Amino acid sequence: MKRFTRALIFFASLAAIWQIICWLRIWSPVLLPSPITVSRYLWEAMLDGTLAIASWITIKRLLIGYGIGCALGLPLGLMTARSKFLGDTIGLLALGLQTLPSVCWVPLAILWFQQTEAAMLFVVVMGTLWSVLIAVDNGVRSLPPIFVRAARTMGSEGAHTLVKVVLPASLPYVVSGMKQGWAFAWRSLMGAEIYVTILSGYGLGQLLHFGRELGAMDQVVGVMLVIVVIGLLADKILFSPWENFMHRRWGTSRD
Amino acid sequence: MMDIQEELQNIVPAKLKVDDVSKSFAARGRRVQALDHVNLEVGEGEFVCLVGPSGCGKSTLLNLIAGLDTPDNGSLLTDGRKVEGPGRDRMVMFQEHALFPWLDVTGNVMFGLKLKPGLTRKDRREVARYYLKLVGLEQFMDSNVHELSGGMKQRVALARALAPNPRVLLMDEPFAALDAMTRENLYADLQKIWAARRKTIIFVTHNVREAVCLGDRVILFSANPGRIREEFKVTLPRPRDINSVELAAMATEITRALKQHTKVEVAV
Repeated sequence: MKRFTRALIFFASLAAIWQIICWLRIWSPVLLPSPITVSRYLWEAMLDGTLAIASWITIKRLLIGYGIGCALGLPLGLMTARSKFLGDTIGLLALGLQTLPSVCWVPLAILWFQQTEAAMLFVVVMGTLWSVLIAVDNGVRSLPPIFVRAARTMGSEGAHTLVKVVLPASLPYVVSGMKQGWAFAWRSLMGAEIYVTILSGYGLGQLLHFGRELGAMDQVVGVMLVIVVIGLLADKILFSPWENFMHRRWGTSRD
Repeated sequence: MMDIQEELQNIVPAKLKVDDVSKSFAARGRRVQALDHVNLEVGEGEFVCLVGPSGCGKSTLLNLIAGLDTPDNGSLLTDGRKVEGPGRDRMVMFQEHALFPWLDVTGNVMFGLKLKPGLTRKDRREVARYYLKLVGLEQFMDSNVHELSGGMKQRVALARALAPNPRVLLMDEPFAALDAMTRENLYADLQKIWAARRKTIIFVTHNVREAVCLGDRVILFSANPGRIREEFKVTLPRPRDINSVELAAMATEITRALKQHTKVEVAV
């Protein structure tokens, strides 16, 4: 409760400072909308449903793309870590592609999939897949061999060892990789949505883009705030439980 | 369904036979003969300590008996059956506790039990509780591994190794990383547990006193190539106190022999 109050006071002060600057009229309201106008925009957009629809479209794209990326990245990472051949081939490919900001895939994605959901998903998957793959690969490689040996003496082998020993033992790496994958996916999706208009639905990025085109800075800033809040919530909902679990079991520090 | 009493009953420990076993490794481009035609017989329920300088192949022999490695030559038999891989009849305790940090204490002890057919979840928990009580950690059933001290971790590792009710217990310098006080408590408890639940134990150590305190027999190894040099029967009454004069005298004798064998190696 104390921490909540502290955060509340901090953000309220930020908003107050922002409002005061607006009142001082240093910059034109077109360039710097005040928190009051932004709130008004957010309120109206919430009432007429544009915000909810756009958020839902964006979140749906993100969850599906991220899900596909993780579903591919986890087993591939396990495989590249345990097979020299796959490590030297797919592992190297992943390392290379991971350095490529996935928004760079947008032009190709548009050519391949046209202006469809598939193009958006492709960009998100590219943002997620490689960093998850590399994190899992790293985690498995840095595993102390004693865990697998101990498990073998207790009768564990094959898939059982993989699922019950290798995967949980590399959990700290896997979670941080999935977190990074999430961050990459979120950024690349926003980039893609601002960059291209998809006919199958307007996400938050597109809403932000329209705001810019119309010179409606209250809309731009309002959507930015929503993007921040969704990112923060996703972090809390998706990753906090895992981080708490690791804190409890491994004794690692919680941040 | 298996009865929990039946699961916990004492079983006959195994006889072990190491028959003309050799094993070599490539280390830094050189071939190291870790074991060179080693023969050893261990009786039912016997407590045998393997002592020798590092690199003498005593841990290698343990891994071969555990089935974690295969010999280049010769064979290993438990009760006349050839060792062809790891098995629940031979459980291992390592120098590092090797407990799984993603499981709590009970989860660790139950890991091997989950792979044993015929037990319900409740049975497994009961069995885990029994063995944790045996090692004196019943009240830490729900603790996490990182919350335990080094000695407690090794106790959990011992409970984990005992839980599937193996016939042979293989211990690879399990107490080497612990402080003296903790170690002494564990010597006493291990002797008690060994008496309560008859097991054939092979215990690898480089601490001669520890070997004399625990073993029915102390087997001396020498390195390069790894060979058995000499063996000593320890007939001191149990439970033994590591600080007793008789024990110290015997340890001195064995240490002298050990030094002689290693000196011979240096001279050669």
